[in-house]
Amino acid sequence: MDKVIEIKKLSFSYPDGHQGLKNVDLIIHTGENVAVIGPNGAGKSTLLLHLNGILRGNSTVEICGLAMEEKNLKEIRKRVGLVFQDPEDQLFSLSVFDDVAFGPVSMGYPEPEVRQRVTRALEWVGMGGYEQRSPHHLSFGEKKRIAIATVMSLDPEVLVIDEPTSNLDPRSKWALIELLEQLQMTKIIATHDLELVRVLCQRTVVMDEGKVVADGDTETILGDTLLLKGHGLASANL
Amino acid sequence: MKHSFIDEYSGLDSFIHRLDPRTKLVAGLAFIVAVVLTPASNWRVFACYFLIIAVLLILSKLPPLYVLKRSLVIFPFVFLVAVFIPFFKEGEIAGSYNIWLWQVSITYSGLFILANVMVKAWLCILALILLSSTTKLAELLKGLRQLGVPRVMILILSFMYRYIFVLADEAMRMQQARDSRNFGGKRLHQLKTIGNMVGTLFIRSYERGERIYAAMLARGFDGQIRTLKDLSFRRADAYFSAVFCVMLIFPCVVWW
Repeated sequence: MDKVIEIKKLSFSYPDGHQGLKNVDLIIHTGENVAVIGPNGAGKSTLLLHLNGILRGNSTVEICGLAMEEKNLKEIRKRVGLVFQDPEDQLFSLSVFDDVAFGPVSMGYPEPEVRQRVTRALEWVGMGGYEQRSPHHLSFGEKKRIAIATVMSLDPEVLVIDEPTSNLDPRSKWALIELLEQLQMTKIIATHDLELVRVLCQRTVVMDEGKVVADGDTETILGDTLLLKGHGLASANL
Repeated sequence: MKHSFIDEYSGLDSFIHRLDPRTKLVAGLAFIVAVVLTPASNWRVFACYFLIIAVLLILSKLPPLYVLKRSLVIFPFVFLVAVFIPFFKEGEIAGSYNIWLWQVSITYSGLFILANVMVKAWLCILALILLSSTTKLAELLKGLRQLGVPRVMILILSFMYRYIFVLADEAMRMQQARDSRNFGGKRLHQLKTIGNMVGTLFIRSYERGERIYAAMLARGFDGQIRTLKDLSFRRADAYFSAVFCVMLIFPCVVWW
């Protein structure tokens, strides 16, 4: 299998000295669905921000064989679609169309292609016909879907999502999980939601305190109650 | 949380709603300039202008009561600015009063000008309500952009409009959290709490700004603001512009 993401010995400190990541090694292959789980503050989001160069630590991160360098950034961001946790941050335009078109327009695609990409991306997430709505008039679940559409319009090879199901009611949550199931691409999902992990991901990476503490088959990891308890992912009384 | 929006009725469909935002922007500006430049004594011209705006408001299918209520908001501001005019304008005296040490007098011509300022302000605000209630803000900004307003300004305005309600919600939640913990006590203590809330709101907005910028970067933003051009100046716009122009100039020519 091809490696889409290869991270070697990645460490990262925030400006205030707090060390977000310590010696993280991670290789992800084409077509994998990988869950990144861990308690709050484990460094999941920090890791995700390294996958398309928003943050850059002191190591080699390679995306589809491209080194994380200034000249490759645009190509990398085209290939890795990053969806942020709060859709209010992801949706900053005055209409759904403008938001979904932002990526393709920034990449400099010609107008007819931009329109075609927007229509397709909205259909993928089941939100066709919402082009002219304003993001602040949408429900939370709808905002989440549009947020995913905003990166789908770039046709990424890897979809990276931070907490896709947080704050969603069960119905919207399962609808979203179904949607993610249908999207055919490599997916990396940071979450606390073990139900989602069980349904969507074959592989699970457990993080705690900036380190990868376990990496393997989802069944094995979710079956390891001791591991889950030890890292705050299951009730201590279980 | 639900808020009312400045472009509340912009989703309706009417002849006015369908016009190109550039047409409406230019027409609105022309109308305001015409109203402001018309001499106060020409009341017939003002009547004509009122007729124009009334016809347009009817065409736009906006609820009349909504327009009226909104337009009244402007009066306190204008009144505050213009209330002293009657005292300073010279002319025939309508009444004079002794207030403690001073004698002040109001003149007829001063009152006349005050009334005229109010009428002018009202006509202008009606035009602005018509503009903002028949055009979506996104369209309006697109129109401004294509009329040559710098991109940075457009971006600032659009972010402001997009996030002002998110901020208002955040402030409201903070207020509820504060009140549910029995806000009260000494005045000084209250002020301190409010100061802290303002500070927190500022820091939160700042952090949100950073996250939004990261979300922009993640989709390939490189500092260049690019937009699609999708406004179209149609035949209806040409007709509207021509008729509007004639309507605007005609009363001036007849009664100048």
